[in-house]
Order: sequence, then structure tokens, then C-alpha cells
Amino acid sequence: MRMPDAVTLEVQLYRPEEDGRPVWKRYEVPFRKEWMVLDALNHVKDQVDGTLSYRWACRMGVCGSCGMMVNGEPVLTCATYLESLLPGPIRVEPLKSFPVVRDLVVDLSGFLSKLRKVEPWIIREEEKPLAEGEYLQTPAQMALYKSYSMCINCLLCYSACPIVGLEPDFVGPAAIALAQRYNLDSRDQGSEKRLDILSQDDGIWACTFVGECTEVCPKHVDPAGAIQRYKLASTLAWFKSVLIPWGKR
Amino acid sequence: MPIFWWLKKWSYTWFITRELTSIFVGLAAVILLIQIRALGQGEAAYARFQAWLRTPPALVLDGIILFFLLLHTFTWLNLAPRAMALNLAGRRIPNGVVLSAHYLAWIVASALVTWILLGR
Repeated sequence: MRMPDAVTLEVQLYRPEEDGRPVWKRYEVPFRKEWMVLDALNHVKDQVDGTLSYRWACRMGVCGSCGMMVNGEPVLTCATYLESLLPGPIRVEPLKSFPVVRDLVVDLSGFLSKLRKVEPWIIREEEKPLAEGEYLQTPAQMALYKSYSMCINCLLCYSACPIVGLEPDFVGPAAIALAQRYNLDSRDQGSEKRLDILSQDDGIWACTFVGECTEVCPKHVDPAGAIQRYKLASTLAWFKSVLIPWGKR
Repeated sequence: MPIFWWLKKWSYTWFITRELTSIFVGLAAVILLIQIRALGQGEAAYARFQAWLRTPPALVLDGIILFFLLLHTFTWLNLAPRAMALNLAGRRIPNGVVLSAHYLAWIVASALVTWILLGR
């Protein structure tokens, strides 16, 4: 196929201080085989329209800042080739299900408070003295949680999940997968505490296993699987508390 | 979210199809409960219920229920390995083994019920 010289980007712009609603703007950008969507946006920002606002940082799929809706799909724009979207036009929108601050920049504060709620850090009932050294872990113990630790908080999973759109209080895929990352860590002792938080209506049970979070995850974290495993653990804990009420959960 | 959000993507449509058709799984349980109640009401009531089961509308309903019960059984069992990460002697049990164990348990349970109903 002959490559075009240029490709059209249709970008959704939103300037709350100027327009009451989002508007679409078309930009012609040169086509380069090696360019990602983010490169095209950077070209617009540098050469055409310096007012265009969007987030990006690493340009190598690590920082998780450049997630946007491209042709209706949540993707990392630094990892999506223009070539894969030919002939265009390529529609670029802010991530779905988040309030928009300006243009392609979304407000992350709701997600950050959900993330804090699940306490995604190592919780110890009692810290051992420094003199006893570090908490050791075998490769097999690390393998249990490693895939969940790959999450970069890009929030593509939140945009893909219809439950997040329908139930804004839902804790959501990434936060639950990160909770599971610490639950499965042999050094952590906070799983009961997190289970109490995530067993609420806005936690694991709000998920109806659409599975799109896993499909769009650029790091193969499988948040959908993490949530289903959490449900199983929660159910077993409940049965245990009914059958052995005097035992420790 | 617009009311027809689930028509925008095949995976969303499939998800909603599963959600909506789960009503037939519930109907199967309701019919079983009615059957148990008829059994408790005596021989004549149970015969009346059985006669109703043989009517064309009941047979059509039963066919639809069976179709969706099987659909939900297959989709449910196929999801099992994603919900169960089992380890044995420090190694993860492969998804295929978890899946096969579920199908085997289903076949054994079905054979047992068939034997109780027909074989004795």
C-alpha cells in the first residue's frame, strides 16, 4: 500500500473558559511510518497549535500519562502507530468516564482517592527491628504478584469498563488489581483490611466481568482476573467466618 | 452514559446478552420450585403440573431455557481459570487443567443426576 504524505487528526478540544461544550478541530500532520499518535500530537503542539493540551512524559509505554481515546478505543498514544490507523481521519478524544480539565487532559483526582482507599502499600501488623534485616522473598513468592505490579496507572482500563461509566463510585480495575498485588505479597499483612474495604458495594461486587479492562491493558496485568480471584477469596472468607466463627479469618 | 452504550462494541453487546438471558437461568429455578410445591400438594397436583409441562408453550419455554442454561454453563466454566489461580508444590496449575477439572465435575454431576432419575 502506498503511504500517504499526510494524515488528518480530529482532536476533541474543550476549553471551559471559552466554550460551553467540547468542539472538534482538524489538523493535517505529515505522515511518518515510524510515528506514533503522540508524535503527531507533538507535531501539532510544536508547529501548528501551541494551545493544544495533553499529558505525556516517557514516550516509551512506562509512565502511563498519554492514554487517550483513539478512534473510540482507549490506548497509549505513545504505543499506537499512525500507520495502524490509516487512512484516517484519526479521532483523538480524552479518556472516557473522566471529567475533562482541558482538551485531552482528564482529572485524575477521583482515581487517586480510590487508589488511596485500597492502601496499595505493604502493611505490617508489627515492623521487625532494623537489626533483623530486610524482609526476604523467594522468586516463587514474587512470581505470585509480579504481573499485578506491572500496572502503570494509565487508566485505559477505567475508560474501557462500562461499570466505571455507570457507577462512578466503583473502585475500578486498576485499584483492585493493585490491592491484589499487595495481598499476594508475602511481606504484606493487610489483606483482611483491604478485603473489608473492597467487599463494600462499590468494590469487587460491582464488577460484572465484562473483561474489557484486561483486553485494553498495555501491560497485560489482567485486572478482570484479579477481581474474580478477589471475589473467590471474599466468598471463601465469608464461608469460613460462618462455619468457624471463633476462628481468625 | 447513553442508554444504548452496549451496542457500540461487540464485547459490550455480548456482555449485556449474558446479563439479560440470565433471567432464563432464574426461570429454571422457579419452575423447579413450582414442581417441588406441586409434589408437596399431592399426586393430583403433581399430575396437573406434569400435564402442563407437556403442553406446547411449556415445551417451547423449556427449549429456550435449556439453550440459555447451556450457554451460561459453558461461558461460566470457561471463565473459571481466570478466577482460580491454583498452585501445587509451588507451581501454578495450568489453566487447561483447571478448565478440564470443571468440565469433568459437570459431566460427573450430570451423570449422577441422570442415574438417580432414570437408572434406579
